[in-house]
Parts: sequence; C-alpha cells; structure tokens
Amino acid sequence: MERRGSLFPLSVLCFGIAILYIPILVLIAYSFNASPLVNVWGGFSTGWYAALWHNRQLLDAALLSLEVAVSASTGAVVLGTLAAVALVRFRRFRGRLLLTGMVNAPLVMPEIITGITQLLLFVSMMQLISWPHRGFTTIVISHVTFCTAYVTITVQARLASADRSLEEAAMDLGAGPARAFLEITLPIIAPAIVSSWLLCFTLSLDDLVISSFVSGPGASTLPMVIYSKVKLGVSPDINALASLIVCGVGVLILTAGWLMRRAERRRTLEIQLAAADFAAQ
Amino acid sequence: MKISGSPGRWLIILPPLVFLLVFFLIPFAFAFKISFAESAAHVPPFTDVLVFTPDHHLKIAATLANYRYLLTDEVYGVAYLFSLRTAFFATLVCLALGYPMAYAIARAPRATQSVLLLVIMLPFWTSFLLRVYALEGIIRDNGLLNTVLLHLGLIHEPLRIMRTNLAVYLGIIYSYLPFMVLPLFATLEKLDPTLLEAAADLGSTPWRAFRDVTLPLSVPGVIAGSMLVFIPAVGEFVIPSLLGGPNNLMIGRVLWDEFFGNHDWPVAAAVSIAFLLLLVGPIAIYQYYNVRQLEA
Repeated sequence: MERRGSLFPLSVLCFGIAILYIPILVLIAYSFNASPLVNVWGGFSTGWYAALWHNRQLLDAALLSLEVAVSASTGAVVLGTLAAVALVRFRRFRGRLLLTGMVNAPLVMPEIITGITQLLLFVSMMQLISWPHRGFTTIVISHVTFCTAYVTITVQARLASADRSLEEAAMDLGAGPARAFLEITLPIIAPAIVSSWLLCFTLSLDDLVISSFVSGPGASTLPMVIYSKVKLGVSPDINALASLIVCGVGVLILTAGWLMRRAERRRTLEIQLAAADFAAQ
Repeated sequence: MKISGSPGRWLIILPPLVFLLVFFLIPFAFAFKISFAESAAHVPPFTDVLVFTPDHHLKIAATLANYRYLLTDEVYGVAYLFSLRTAFFATLVCLALGYPMAYAIARAPRATQSVLLLVIMLPFWTSFLLRVYALEGIIRDNGLLNTVLLHLGLIHEPLRIMRTNLAVYLGIIYSYLPFMVLPLFATLEKLDPTLLEAAADLGSTPWRAFRDVTLPLSVPGVIAGSMLVFIPAVGEFVIPSLLGGPNNLMIGRVLWDEFFGNHDWPVAAAVSIAFLLLLVGPIAIYQYYNVRQLEA
C-alpha cells in the first residue's frame, strides 16, 4: 500500500494518544504527592491511598456502586441477549419495530432526559403501587435500561454473523431448539456476552447523571460522592481513588481481552483440527 | 428454526419488550403528563393532571404554563442554541483530529493496528467522570499546561482556561475523541487499496487520490463518528458543570439546575419533552429512513 505522505496522520495519531493519556498519567503522579497542595511536590507518598481506607463515606459508596454494577450488568446481559436473539432469529413478530426502537433509542438519548423521565416514572409508581423505593432498586433498574441497549447491539452483531448450519446440524441430530441454542449458539456468542457484561459494568460504575436523578436519600453511588467532592475543589484523596479505579478497570479490561482472545484462538484451532480429522477419514 | 412460530418464542421476546416498555418508553408518557402539571409544595412536587372528582368523573387539570414559560423565558432558547453550537464546533475539532488518527491506524501493519485500537479504546472503557476530573489537573491555573508554559517562558502569567467555554470545548474533545476514531477506522479499514493503486496508476497525486477516492468513500464513517460525538455532547452535563464557568449555559446544566436548584419538576419535564422533540426526533427520523434505505 502507498505509504508516502503518511507522516502527517502518524504525527496526529501520536498527538491524539498523548492527549488521551497525559491527563490520566498526571493524575496518577499527583496521587503520590505527599503535599496536599497541587502545585507543590512534597515528595513521594502513598499516604492518600492509606487515607482512603479510613474514609467510610467513600467505602460505602464504592460498595454500593459495585453491587449496582454487578446486578445491573447481569440483568442487562440477560435481557439484552434475549432481545438480540429475538431480533436476529425471529424475522417478524408483533412489536418488532417497537423493540428495535427501544433497544436503539437509549444510545442517542441524553442521559439527563432518561434520568428525569425515569425519576418521574418512579415517583408516579410510588404514588400508585407504593413501589419502588428510591435507592438501590431504582438505580439498578435505570442502569439495566441503558445497558441493555449496548448488550443487544454487541450480541446482535455476533449472532448475525454466527454460522446457522452448526445449530441446524445439531437439531438434525436430534437436539431440541433449546439444547441446540445452549450447546452450540451460546458458546459462539459467549465472547460478545462477556465483553458486553464488562462494558455494562464499567458504564454502570461510572454513571453520575442518571443515578443522581433516580437515587433516593441515603443512597449515594461512588460517582455521586466523587462529583460532590470535586465540585468543592481539588481533594488529593480523590486523586488516589481515581488512580485506583482507572488502573483497576484498565487491568480488568486488558486481562479479559487477553483471556477471550486465547479462548477464541483455541476454539478456532479445535474446529480446524476437527475439520482436518473429518477430511482425513 | 422450529421455535419460530411457536408460542415459546414469546418467552424470549416478552421479557426485554416489557421491561423496556415499562422503564424506558412509559416514563416519557409520565414526563409528558407532568409537563402539563403545576409546581406544588408537597411530595411529589407537582399537581395531579388527571383528577377523579368525588362523583367519579375524570377531570383534566392541565396547564400550558410550563411551555409558555419555555417560550417567554429566553434562557432556554439561548441554552439550546448554545449547546448546539458548542457540540457542533467540538465535533468539527474531533473530526479534524480523529480523521488523521483513524487514517494512520488503518494504514498501520495488522499487529500494530490491534494494539493502537486498544490504546484508543482503553480510555473509553475507563471512567468518563474521572477523565474529566483528570483534565482539570492539566488546564487549571496552576496545572501542568501553565506550569510547563511558564517554565519555558512562553507566557508570563497563567492562562485562564478553567471555568471558560474553552475548557468545555477541550473537555468534550478530550472525552469524545475515541468515539470519533473508531467508526472512522471501521470505514477506512474496509477501503479497497486497489482503488488507490488504480488512481495512482492513472496519474493521481496521493493528495488527489485521497480527495477523490478515500474521502468520498469514508463519508459513512464521518457521519457515524460525528453523530456519536455530537449527540451526547449536546446534552452533556458533567463537562460544563466541572470545567465550565458559571455563565456556561449548556442545556443539560440548565435542566439539572431547574430540577435540583429550583425544584421545578413540571418545567424540567417540559424542557425534557421539548428537547426530545428538537434533538432526538430528527435523529430518529433520519435513522429510520437510513435503515429503510439500507434494507431496500
């Protein structure tokens, strides 16, 4: 391929990557600053990390956020996979257009509008049926709603490109549709399910706007606590917390990606081996 | 598949359909209803629009006052236009930066390509809120940028970027750049290299080949990337709230203040409905026709 004249794009790429990473690296550097003043380097210290362990408010919020993220991404993966199966496998059914619209709309809906409308729903439901109390439940429901969209899109793409003939072969050999799905299709779409679970987990862990609207008194997620602290000014312990979260999520994503690639490679290899075996016979 | 046509498939269709119906679509009906209510000093802080009178008649107590307020109080119109303008220019800068980036990745060798994509994706996977906070460490008065520039002697007093509209632009560009690069890469990568070779064989300079072949063929990626940046940027709250000045009137922030500051839920509901019609409506129509065209 023609490579002349590619110096300009390459330098913009380096510049862009620098823009993306420098703020995070600087933040991590600040988190080891012994001085509470941002413009003074007071020597290396891990004191702010130690201080995190004694901050009950932050620990409680982190625990709540983790519980919400695990519940919401699990719920979203179940609903999103069902929606993807319905949209890819069932060509026509009543409500197909509606489902397509509702799956895609949250992706273009400004968070603030989703937050307000869902709060109004929860308040009205409370008046009518005395459920749900605002807090953990409502935050999880809201997160499941916007996360489902991401799951459906990801799984849908994978399912559409999956080889139907394997599933059909299984059913020709006497497997019921449910069994064919569980034993053949599910392993094929598993990488998409895992990666969308991870995406939902990080999106939920990070959500500020929607949680702020739908949560009730006493239920503050980590982003809500961080936001209110940051709003008041720079606090060095937030630097330490932010570094921990960014590095933790980064490591989680990289490890998961690496494991999935390995599993995928092994699977392809097995299929190739089986095909070679079959050909040799 | 045998399952098609059997009632069993409703077990698959119904759970997501019902859930999204109840928790995504119906909330808009409630917001629509409450946008016609009056603000009130009880819990919840609005009046009932539908009232059952003692003799079992349904009475509608709706008021258009909230919408009239949106039209007369110019803050909403100004905020809406200001948000569109901010999102538009930030999207342009993202495009100017993101296009060469995506181009460079698409031209890189395969192995490098996946590493570069990972490098671009990783910030998008980690926290959005914390990245906006991290940017503050760079652009505040005693942040890295000013420290470096002062040391180099390029400036003599710190640049005031924080709490200005420039900070909001920088925040949007920094946060949404990966959204621009990924779809652009996806279209540029699929581009058939033989087309460029043909153009070169026919005597095109690399620049002409780029302008006449690559650029037109990458339009779908440009549109997809721009939408992914523009749409969330218009409704952005975190960036104007943390980086912008007190006079920054992004619509997301105005809505937040209406809700948490003024506690005027009916007006906030009316703003949401109007915003929905003005922003999401056109996009939905565009998408609908786009899909229809692709299917045809």
